[in-house]
Amino acid sequence: MNTKQQETALQPSSAGPAHGKTAAVLSVLGMGLGQIYNRQYTKGLILLLLEASALFYFVRNLGHGLWGLITLGEKEQGMQKVGKLTQLVPGDHSIFLLIEGLIVLLAFIVFLAVYILNVKDAYRVGVARENGRKPNNIAQTIENIKETKFAQALLTLPLLGVLFLTVMPILFMILLAFTNYSFPDHVPPAKLVDWVGFGTFKDLLLLKSWSKTLLGVLGWTIVWAVVATVTTYFGGLLVALLLQQPFVRLKGLWRTIFILPYAIPQIVSLLVMRNMFNGEFGPINQYLAYFGLEKLPWLSDPFWAKVTLIIVNMWIGIPVSMLLILGVLTTINKDLYEAAEMDGASPFAKFKAITLPMVLFSTAPILITQFAGNINNFNVIFLLTGGGPINENYQYAGSTDLLVTWLYKLTLDRSLFNMASAVGIIIFIIIASFSIYNYRRSRSYREEDMIQ
Amino acid sequence: MTHRVSFARKLFTYIALLVLAVCSIYPALWITMSAFRPGTSLLANSLFPKDFTLDHFRELFTTPNFPYGLWYWNTLKIAFMSMILGTTVSTLTGYALSRFRFKARKTILTTFLVLGMFPGFMSMIAVYIFLLQFDLLDTHAAIIIVYTFGAAMSCFIPKGFFDAIPRSLEEAARIDGASHWKVFTHIMLPLARPMLTYMAMTIFTGAWVDYIFARLVLRSKENWTLAVGMWDMVANFQSSNFTLFAAGAILIALPITLLFIGLQRLLVEGLTSGANKG
Repeated sequence: MNTKQQETALQPSSAGPAHGKTAAVLSVLGMGLGQIYNRQYTKGLILLLLEASALFYFVRNLGHGLWGLITLGEKEQGMQKVGKLTQLVPGDHSIFLLIEGLIVLLAFIVFLAVYILNVKDAYRVGVARENGRKPNNIAQTIENIKETKFAQALLTLPLLGVLFLTVMPILFMILLAFTNYSFPDHVPPAKLVDWVGFGTFKDLLLLKSWSKTLLGVLGWTIVWAVVATVTTYFGGLLVALLLQQPFVRLKGLWRTIFILPYAIPQIVSLLVMRNMFNGEFGPINQYLAYFGLEKLPWLSDPFWAKVTLIIVNMWIGIPVSMLLILGVLTTINKDLYEAAEMDGASPFAKFKAITLPMVLFSTAPILITQFAGNINNFNVIFLLTGGGPINENYQYAGSTDLLVTWLYKLTLDRSLFNMASAVGIIIFIIIASFSIYNYRRSRSYREEDMIQ
Repeated sequence: MTHRVSFARKLFTYIALLVLAVCSIYPALWITMSAFRPGTSLLANSLFPKDFTLDHFRELFTTPNFPYGLWYWNTLKIAFMSMILGTTVSTLTGYALSRFRFKARKTILTTFLVLGMFPGFMSMIAVYIFLLQFDLLDTHAAIIIVYTFGAAMSCFIPKGFFDAIPRSLEEAARIDGASHWKVFTHIMLPLARPMLTYMAMTIFTGAWVDYIFARLVLRSKENWTLAVGMWDMVANFQSSNFTLFAAGAILIALPITLLFIGLQRLLVEGLTSGANKG
């Protein structure tokens, strides 16, 4: 009903002065002018001040920002004769220019959006005046915002933060993949960076040394994600089944013990594991030696390093699955089991026909989330093996590197930023396809507006 | 209906549970024992040392070029501030996106979902330069700001929680004349206590253990957090002083571990409600 009233208010009346149009035109000319015309002086002045400061900022920065975005700088740093001395003259810093350009551009888009809102507001209030309503004073305006624009008011600050600290960096990252920003020839401030279009992707996919690494690392990433997800899931299922048997005493205590690996911060537990699996002095190999077995190259052999990763990941991941599945198990209707027993079903048959389908059904979305999470499982790889052992066939990647740790190395160790960005985009495409598929299937998406 | 469970099955179950328990506890026990063991070596003859010593803990707080106490304080400060601000931001965002219908809503939700899928490292460089522009590098404020707005991205958990609260509840209050703000603070927030606790816990622990971003931004040693310090220790000293590492590791892990165990009931709720966040 409320919106209907507003809509009729938006129809300009045929008689009387055209306040709506006048106010709108005035506020196009200058933010706040329309509001002042509408006798909303405080609001108008605030908007006018806002525009003044924005103009001050954009006049100084917008042109330079756009120039920087397009050219990424033109003047290279170099030795120049200044008077009699030859000295180092700083050139353009392409990457700073790129980011400054992005910041100015995003700020300008925000400013434009505010400007459009300002015109709309002036028009609406003007039309309301035509219909003989008195414009709100500032106190009423604030009250009005609290009632009808509450959500927008709550979201303004978080969205601005997300825009500059998440969106801007991601745009920056995507753009980098289309430049030649890389060590050693194109690293500012010494050298300029240029746009190269799809050149980086071409290199990554077609140059033998790069494509071999990409395929190798991608292959292991997929194998890792599948094995890591499956082992922790079924491990968790087994532990949950063991624990929920009716005769087991002290369930709470057992559960608390089993959660321990998940509760310890990974930076600590993984660094500890790294010591435990130490090939020379680690306790695991000490025990093996004690039982007369051969010491194993847990972290130094490519194959064993992968095995170690899977084992340690199970140690961390099983508690999570166990908790989830314990939760699901309590929701299964007991009658189903009783009915099955009447028909003389064996425990295994009951598990296959009732427990497993029910658990799989309710945890399927989480399973896919975990799979996507494992593709990006940085901690386990980085803290345990650091991607090692070294693989000579690879371009800057070790035998156990995932795409995401390879990306890290390309960025922070090798300064091959453009290549890293291209890899980042590939990771994004993989994760996004799984997640979007998952999200579309999930209840919360389909039933989104049913709660109303 | 009582069943007779065979003795063999009981025995097998308890043996399996016991083995699992040992596997779960062993690393924690081993590192704890190492922290109390005299000497510096990783190599040990037995799990339980013959003599217990507190030297390594004392050393942590007295070694001049290894300001562990200062790092502890830094970490507490950063984690606590991020927790308060981050929980506020993510709850407000989640609430606005859950209970209100406005034009840009679907767009914002989809955008958040997609943004969450980018790997973070490349964007860290941009954030780094952004912070440099505003002269915020090597400050705790920068870290807190980034963690806070990073938490806005995890608004799907509060959103999922608020989605489940029936409309009738707030409609009744609105009819009685309560403002949106009053509905939010007097009805929604008290109901949301478990979710708030979960969010606060995840943000706090996230800040407590982050070593990648913190290492990038915090340049000088006296500004470091525990995680950065420990990471540095492993990179530089660990082989020479393993027992000191063990003592440091325990002091980092203990508060978080106790927090998790104390709040484990919340874990399941958080895990399941966050399941659709992608």
